[in-house]
Amino acid sequence: MAAAQNRRTTEEAPDVAVDIRDLRISFATDGEPVHAVEGVSLHVRPNEVLAVVGESGSGKTVTAKSILGLLPESASASGAVVLAGNDVVQLSPDQLRQVRGRDVAMVFQEPATALNPVYTVGWQIAEGLRAHGQHSRKQARARAVEILGTVGIPDPQERVDHYPHQFSGGQKQRIVIAMALALGPKVIVADEPTTALDVTVQAEILDLLRRVRDDFGGAIVLITHNMGVVADLADRVAVMYQGEVVEEAGVRELFADPRHEYTQHLLSAVPRLTTAASDSEPAHSAQQQDETAAPLVDARDLEIVYPGRLGRPGFRAVDGVNFTLAPGEVLGLVGESGSGKTTIGRAIVGLTRATGGSLSVLGHEMVGFRERSFRPLRSRVGFVFQDPATSFNPLLSVGEAVAEPLLIHGRAADAREAAASVRQLLDAVHLPTHYAHRYPHELSGGQRQRVSLARALALEPELLVADEPTSALDVSVQARVLEVFSELQQRLGFATLFISHDLAVVGMLADRIGVLYRGELVEYGAGQQVLTDPQHPYTQRLLASVPVPDPVEQQSRREALAAHRAAED
Amino acid sequence: MTSASTEETPTDPVAHGETAGREPRWKRLPLVWHLRRSVGLQRGMLVAGLVLSALFVLMALLAPLIAPYSFNQLSGPDGSFPRQAPPSAEFWWGTTVGGYDVFSRVIWGAQTAVLTVILAVILSIFLGIALGLISGYLGGWLDRVLVTLADAIYAFPSLLLAIVVSIVISGGESGFLSGILAAAISITVVFVPQYFRVIRAETVRLKAEPFVESARVLGASTPRILSRHVLRNATRSLPLIITLNASEAILTLAGLGFLGFGINPTAAAEWGYDLNRAIADVSSGIWWTGIFPGAAIVLLVLGITLVGESVNDLSDPRLRIRRRPRRQPRRTATAMKGAA
Repeated sequence: MAAAQNRRTTEEAPDVAVDIRDLRISFATDGEPVHAVEGVSLHVRPNEVLAVVGESGSGKTVTAKSILGLLPESASASGAVVLAGNDVVQLSPDQLRQVRGRDVAMVFQEPATALNPVYTVGWQIAEGLRAHGQHSRKQARARAVEILGTVGIPDPQERVDHYPHQFSGGQKQRIVIAMALALGPKVIVADEPTTALDVTVQAEILDLLRRVRDDFGGAIVLITHNMGVVADLADRVAVMYQGEVVEEAGVRELFADPRHEYTQHLLSAVPRLTTAASDSEPAHSAQQQDETAAPLVDARDLEIVYPGRLGRPGFRAVDGVNFTLAPGEVLGLVGESGSGKTTIGRAIVGLTRATGGSLSVLGHEMVGFRERSFRPLRSRVGFVFQDPATSFNPLLSVGEAVAEPLLIHGRAADAREAAASVRQLLDAVHLPTHYAHRYPHELSGGQRQRVSLARALALEPELLVADEPTSALDVSVQARVLEVFSELQQRLGFATLFISHDLAVVGMLADRIGVLYRGELVEYGAGQQVLTDPQHPYTQRLLASVPVPDPVEQQSRREALAAHRAAED
Repeated sequence: MTSASTEETPTDPVAHGETAGREPRWKRLPLVWHLRRSVGLQRGMLVAGLVLSALFVLMALLAPLIAPYSFNQLSGPDGSFPRQAPPSAEFWWGTTVGGYDVFSRVIWGAQTAVLTVILAVILSIFLGIALGLISGYLGGWLDRVLVTLADAIYAFPSLLLAIVVSIVISGGESGFLSGILAAAISITVVFVPQYFRVIRAETVRLKAEPFVESARVLGASTPRILSRHVLRNATRSLPLIITLNASEAILTLAGLGFLGFGINPTAAAEWGYDLNRAIADVSSGIWWTGIFPGAAIVLLVLGITLVGESVNDLSDPRLRIRRRPRRQPRRTATAMKGAA
């Protein structure tokens, strides 16, 4: 009866691809059930990209996954998700299997894990086709070749027999999109489809998704936390906060005139890339720097080679890099994954061995160093890790974790003695001092990253290495962490090597910027100069690829990028 | 082994006025924690296992009070015990071919079994953890040698190895303490590689975790990193292996006794030995000498295995059964864990 009722309502609105009505989802946990989605109503029309944005835990992924009926066993849903006349919430597993692929398909976040490594990509595309029983083996293969060509894989005839590891990350995501497109579904759910990709690749995937919308007439539900991606691709935006849709508007209206308080907060927190020369210099660049002082870090022809397997040459992660880091200076290292930026940061603190050239840290040569002789210097170097979830021992309280460096270097005899310093440090990163008794898992990601900063600064180091400190955080949280960081940097005057893939973040903080590309430093200069007047073509392309959180400006930037690419070819 | 009384513990944390804070320490102990988390079938399995295990522990502790006779007693005030007497008011479960009281032997046997299990598990835990930590963290040639050694021990049939060790230690048969020690050590030799493997694998994983790297960057010494950061995080899967190993230890002990490499019947009661002596009785229709020690072995192993299996399932959030949420969603949603 429910199905009949639903059919009637969809007839009333034939131009709706998915209609979510008063969806409520809750999860069973060890404690009280968690209500992840509370009465969400959304609809998507054909030929439309609906972006669902919000921070982690806002319920955006769960909402989108409910369109495919992909909820974990511990979840229970009520309400309706009407898709091609069926209410997905009420369907049996067998009917759901029919709907998936045919009516709705999904593009996953991490293309590397969404593909099965032991089958060829052609087989994996054909599997979906044959599961719905309309294609013979030969037809399915032909269709796979065709669809691979459509998503822009070169030589599809040949590549259809290749395995996932033979494709790059961007190509893998194209294949995942091809799998989603194979049966011509009316709705595609894309869960953070570009988050795992580099900026330049992201621009290409966004182009492809735009073509999917225009050429295939599909409706796309795009889940993302990147406001630049939203501005680039979305037609309409739904902002979710704590399981509810707080604002829904066309993309231009939303960016131009955000109504809800949370949306305004979210948009103001997005770091903006200042590509045009402007007065908004980084706040601390006026700070006095002692040019004559010996640099804290001095890399000359630095080479880092990871040993290869027997009989194979090693992998050259860093190749002939030169840079210096003066006391009190903030140096930003930017690059895509695999460019060697993290390797350099790890080599500075001795977690990875530098193999060639010279890397001098606080006057100590790191090429062929011995842990014993470097250990005394460790109190002068701090390190902030990328993932706040794993960089704390889960069994130590926050206070114990922050006291750890003080105990190790004998600044305090025991935890009691360190307590006062711990309180001061927590206060410095704007955390309530009673958090010292909490455990890391009881803190949010942003709070944990601030504790991480407190731990790194406990010994008042002269040098701080921050390895993508905000890339695991939500935008609004990232803004707060960066604020705390710059405040402390100005007050304590430590030098920082700031490693990030996000040009906007580095542009906000760094006095100087180095751009790494495949282990080489292709551009190195004052921050504003690198951002406004890039010399190397790679830097130019990188800058042009970053989507800005402004739909109007992004459109013109997109056209400029297309022209840039055409000129390069 | 935890006493079975914990099953009465109320499971609603709010009732105790605990909100966001940590639960008291005793509620976070392995078995207590698992029991409080369990629901439905998993709870039934865990409770059944705990009750069975607790029963045997009580039997071991109170053996002198429960058992009517001593384990090596052959005569009472009325003269020698009859041989192969069927169950009666005087001998509840009958007597064996040697003239021992079966009921008393089974009760006293629990003491031997529990003592051997405790000794074997403690010995192998300490050795295995120490070797696993050092081997996994330092790596290099030491690691390779130890792993090869562990593999070599694995390759031996464990019972054969236990026989060899027991011969080496005690020359085959012996008294109470040396017999138990021989059995415990031979079981230890077989089990050390298991603990070694598990702890080593965890250590290798933890070595690459950012929080261990963070300790290295801070300049912590290797012993400090191992004791403060690695060890406490590497022991999470130990309760499971301990329960599984405990049941294996009982089987190995019984196997040794059955084959005649166990403890002298005059030194201690041992179920494997009793089973061995009961072989001849089976064909002549004397069932009581074999059934009771055999059932004791089966029930104790079953109890410990049930505990182990349900602890394993409960420790894994994906296998843990949870109460279904009520249909009526409420407004006070708390932050969601990891689902979005």
